[in-house]
Amino acid sequence: MEKMGVLEGRKELVVALAGNPNSGKTSLFNELTGSRQHVGNWPGVTVEKKEGRLKFEGIDFKVVDLPGTYSLGAYTEDEVIARNFIIYDKPDVVINVVDATNLERNLYLTMQLLEMNANLVIALNMSDEAKAKGIEIDKDKLSQILKVPVVMTVATKGEGVKELLENVLKAVEFKGERYRIDYGKELEEGISELESLIKEDEELSKKFFPRWLAIKFIENDENIMKEFSSKTALMEKVKLIQKKLEGIFGEDAEVVVADKRYGVISGIVKECVKKRSTPEERYTLSDRIDRIVTNKYLGIPIFLVAMWAVFEFTFALGNPLSDWIEMFFDWLGEVTASWLLSIAAPDILISFIRDGIIAGVGSVLVFIPPIFLLFFAISVLEDSGYMARAAYVMDRFMTALGLHGKSFIPMLIGFGCNVPGIMATRTLENKEDRLVTILVNPLMSCAARLPVYVLFAGAFFAENQGLVVFSIYLLGIVLAVIMAKIFKKFLFKGKTAPFVMELPPYRVPTLKGLLIHMWERGSLFVRKAGTIILGVVVLVWILSSLPAGVEYASAESYIGRLGSAVAPILKPAGFGTWEAASALIFGILAKETVVGTLGVVYGAEGDALFEAIRQHFTPLSAYAFMVMTLIYIPCVATIAAIRRETNSWKWTFFAIGYTLVLGWLMAVLVYQGGRILGLG
Amino acid sequence: MLKKGGIVLPLSMLPPGKKAVVVDIIGGEGIRRRLIDMGIVRGVEILVVKNDVGPLIVGVGEMRFALGFGMAQKILVEEL
Repeated sequence: MEKMGVLEGRKELVVALAGNPNSGKTSLFNELTGSRQHVGNWPGVTVEKKEGRLKFEGIDFKVVDLPGTYSLGAYTEDEVIARNFIIYDKPDVVINVVDATNLERNLYLTMQLLEMNANLVIALNMSDEAKAKGIEIDKDKLSQILKVPVVMTVATKGEGVKELLENVLKAVEFKGERYRIDYGKELEEGISELESLIKEDEELSKKFFPRWLAIKFIENDENIMKEFSSKTALMEKVKLIQKKLEGIFGEDAEVVVADKRYGVISGIVKECVKKRSTPEERYTLSDRIDRIVTNKYLGIPIFLVAMWAVFEFTFALGNPLSDWIEMFFDWLGEVTASWLLSIAAPDILISFIRDGIIAGVGSVLVFIPPIFLLFFAISVLEDSGYMARAAYVMDRFMTALGLHGKSFIPMLIGFGCNVPGIMATRTLENKEDRLVTILVNPLMSCAARLPVYVLFAGAFFAENQGLVVFSIYLLGIVLAVIMAKIFKKFLFKGKTAPFVMELPPYRVPTLKGLLIHMWERGSLFVRKAGTIILGVVVLVWILSSLPAGVEYASAESYIGRLGSAVAPILKPAGFGTWEAASALIFGILAKETVVGTLGVVYGAEGDALFEAIRQHFTPLSAYAFMVMTLIYIPCVATIAAIRRETNSWKWTFFAIGYTLVLGWLMAVLVYQGGRILGLG
Repeated sequence: MLKKGGIVLPLSMLPPGKKAVVVDIIGGEGIRRRLIDMGIVRGVEILVVKNDVGPLIVGVGEMRFALGFGMAQKILVEEL
């Protein structure tokens, strides 16, 4: 085949996908590579660099899904990732996914890709929706103007994919000139002056396309200016040109450049788009839905109903499934133990397999039903376009925390489980906002902590159980608000990112999309958190069983000794016993194990456990213990999620540290304060 | 682009249903860049979809944006 010439000595072709958020880029990626990946409406969902492979006409392709961005400046991390990939990895072809219903907006990125001298093929995606809206695009004309192949696609249906790949193969050999924006006499003078300087510098011209770099200098691009600040001669020239242009135009050169780009795009769109609907006609259905969903009075009630539905769906359906899994593992443990006993296996081995391995695997797997269901429900909200509206509706409250609407969703998910809650922070574009949202997320009382409250509130406050439990949840929210403000104020003095968020049109989610989405996130949890949980379970088993010969999880075992060592610290909080301390240590594993551990150490279950708790606690110390359970150290799965999402041990330890200190302080405050008030 | 004598006012003051042309963006570089990226630049037509409490909803071309009130105050427009 003639194409082999290009590929000689090469294993594969590298193709990058670039496009705006909500342009259907991820759908196209799935369609191309068959990779199981998220299809979302939420801005910035594809944070990670995702790769997939495919074979077409006997040639191997590596497809890289770049983050969805509106631009290739240095404004967000995503933009920098995308642009660095194009500069440094130099993909053979870049497929620019363009939303056909939104040509003008999308071409802004296209212009920047052309400026980078990327070898472009345009996928004019969602061409069916465009047609339905009465937008007719002359793709040949567009292709002719931009000197770039243009292919109509409908990624969700796989239409046009073959033609796209054929064009990609053709483009590999392309050596000619692409479209170039004429920025006008004054700007072009500045650009060519810098361009020739850049060309003289071998280091620069080797790495960068000179014209692109020259434009970035004129635009005063933050990253580029920083990177080359040491090249004083060049920088002086840049400053000089910037000044001169400012003198001519009366404003920053970057604004002039952007204006020019949009002007050129507007001209191209006029030439290529035959019929354009007026703003009033557009999105009429979406606008009508929005009028209700974001309504001043109805917005919040609708939001609350939607959230209630998510939780009902997750837990009403998930809890029975979890119970079955738990029962299955209990049964499996017993059956295995008796079988091991029958073949005269040593006690230590039996205990290791039953209490360590099987109980450990079980403790991971019981999470699966609620987590997968929760992800499914969240996917429905996201893919339908409602999630962006929920963020909009909640913005008023979140602004009070110095965060904005988008931070609310992770907090809310945290009530179900902090792990997906923390993972959901990926949609926040500002790094500091994201970190603050991650750090306070464990204060959202997750479902696993409820059994502890039920036990203690049931033992002491049977009459006001609901109210007492509610007060704990409320305390978590209040503390999250306070901590978010404190973190924002002292740790990240920076500004909140200005609030601009695209509200994508409402769409009916596809089942395939929802399932892929659920599977992607759910399996990630199982893989990442699962291994850590399992590891800690085994560790705790070892601590509970050693030194050799002690009764499992007794005061003499290492865990018991650890509990005894910690107990004095907990004394001011009213529960300075080794039993309570051990339960809390076990609770780090998974918060609901606090109940199980108390059962083991008191040797009591069911009603007897209530009785035992009444003996060892007072109402006041019980409340302090609940407060401690709410706040202290996130469970290992959450710790693992924090580590993964912050990619920093420093912030992970910070989260562990501050929750521990805060939990202790609050518990002591409750207990000592209560005593002063004569409640103890 | 500008009509002579047209009243220039912040976008945040426009009631829903009104259309306007962006005249200028005041405010820091961060805000300006962000708006440029979203296609909100001088000469662009903006439709106010919603403006009561909290962020505005505006239409630019085919898109809809939620726009913080503070940001809307920094976009100067001329009503059409």
